[in-house]
Amino acid sequence: MMKALFAAMAKFISGANAHWVGCEPNVRQRVYFANHTSNLDALVIWSALPPEVRALTRPVAARDYWIKSKLRRYLANNIFNAVLIERKKPTAHDNPLKDMLKALGDCHSLIIFPEGGRQTGTEIAPFKGGLFHLAKDRPDVEFVPVLLENLNRILPKGEFLPVPLMGSLSFGGPIKLEAGEDKNAFLERAQNAVKALQRK
Amino acid sequence: MNLKLDKQTCWLVGGVLALLLVSSLIGWLLSLRATTDEGKVTVRNLNARIRAWWMMVAVFGLAMATGGIGSIVLFALTSFLALREFITLTPTRSGDHRSLFWIFFIILPLQYYLIAIKWYGLFAIMIPVFAFLFIPIRSAMAGDCESFLERTAKIQWALMICVYCVSYVPALLSLDISGYAGQNGKLMFYFVLIAQISDVLQYAWGKMLGCHKIAPSVSPNKTWEGFIGGIASATLIGAGLWWATPFTPIQSAGMSFAITLMGFCGGLVMSAIKRDRGVKDYGNMIQGHGGVLDRIDSLCFAAPVFFHLTRFFFT
Repeated sequence: MMKALFAAMAKFISGANAHWVGCEPNVRQRVYFANHTSNLDALVIWSALPPEVRALTRPVAARDYWIKSKLRRYLANNIFNAVLIERKKPTAHDNPLKDMLKALGDCHSLIIFPEGGRQTGTEIAPFKGGLFHLAKDRPDVEFVPVLLENLNRILPKGEFLPVPLMGSLSFGGPIKLEAGEDKNAFLERAQNAVKALQRK
Repeated sequence: MNLKLDKQTCWLVGGVLALLLVSSLIGWLLSLRATTDEGKVTVRNLNARIRAWWMMVAVFGLAMATGGIGSIVLFALTSFLALREFITLTPTRSGDHRSLFWIFFIILPLQYYLIAIKWYGLFAIMIPVFAFLFIPIRSAMAGDCESFLERTAKIQWALMICVYCVSYVPALLSLDISGYAGQNGKLMFYFVLIAQISDVLQYAWGKMLGCHKIAPSVSPNKTWEGFIGGIASATLIGAGLWWATPFTPIQSAGMSFAITLMGFCGGLVMSAIKRDRGVKDYGNMIQGHGGVLDRIDSLCFAAPVFFHLTRFFFT
């Protein structure tokens, strides 16, 4: 109930039109990877998914941000069912990759932002290596590129009041790690898959 | 406020419903007759437009039925959606964020509040004077000088078109016309009807006879045939509806002429902006029509002119 309410609210605020360009919504295991410009990003992708897919999809988010207040903890744990990872000082014991693999399990999907942080412009920063390791360890999972547009104008970095413009998000065709493909080649291909969704 | 369901209102509403029924029937017949692919697309778009008209008439009727306050809320919401479409298409920078927050959540509601309390002296100048000066001040405080004048001008323009001009439609309810007290709802109905029917008739005449384009680089669908046929027939309809207005038949024709002419110009200007931004429609909220702003572009330009003509000559 609360989840549906949050999803409806996010859709209204972001005015987000979802374009399923390269694939259809599906409950099979996927990793949605997107560009990151706004705190609304994960919420917008999550709410654009159909309810049955949404129930199985967990946004991956920075632990330091989401445990700061009671409200954030409540949202992360009870509404979004987020996977909170350590992004500042990962250790062998506190390894984001392990957390993500564990969260995927055998039925969940993830939403991740491989740029590693929010960008201020419209340029897409190079992707961090985690995406590659995920793809290597879970070849059965589909990696779906997602492009978010205009959300940085709705809630830019450093602002707390959203302006109700219309954002858009496009889901591209899934990619997989090719045999023999190295880390840099895969990350570059993944980044280009997100860029390619830019509509003229 | 001051709306009541009198005999003339019933005639207006009945007329519009009859018109919609006939259009739906024609649309259905056309859909049976269309054979070419191109024809089928045109007819499908026509029928989507007619279905959207049913929705829009229902919403407008409901707003009118709840009295003045319903109409004010409806047009405030319309302004909100139009402003959202306009600003989405307009490049702004993060330095404009706070100004944008102000126009959506403070200036827009304030404008409609002033209309609701009928404070003409302030609603007529709040946006062109106070908001006009406030926006560049707020943006300058944010400290980003890149394309400062362009960004500021775009926000001001959006506010004038989507909020200030649109708010003149419900402002018609606040006019004090002698011998017409309590009947302003009909005047608003008349205005919206003429502006919209003129759009429809220009489209219909253009589709049937159109060949000489007026401004092909701005709006390829606007033809001299559509323009003349649409304006002439809408003016005639306006003259024929004088009984619902405070005007004589001749005056009513003149008013309708002004409404349709300004409406045409509104469509032309808003098209030029769309071409510049490289889009066909402002949005996709209304099936077959595009966005909210695509539907109300004629209202935006006609409403202030109609309001001030009426206010000058009839109050």
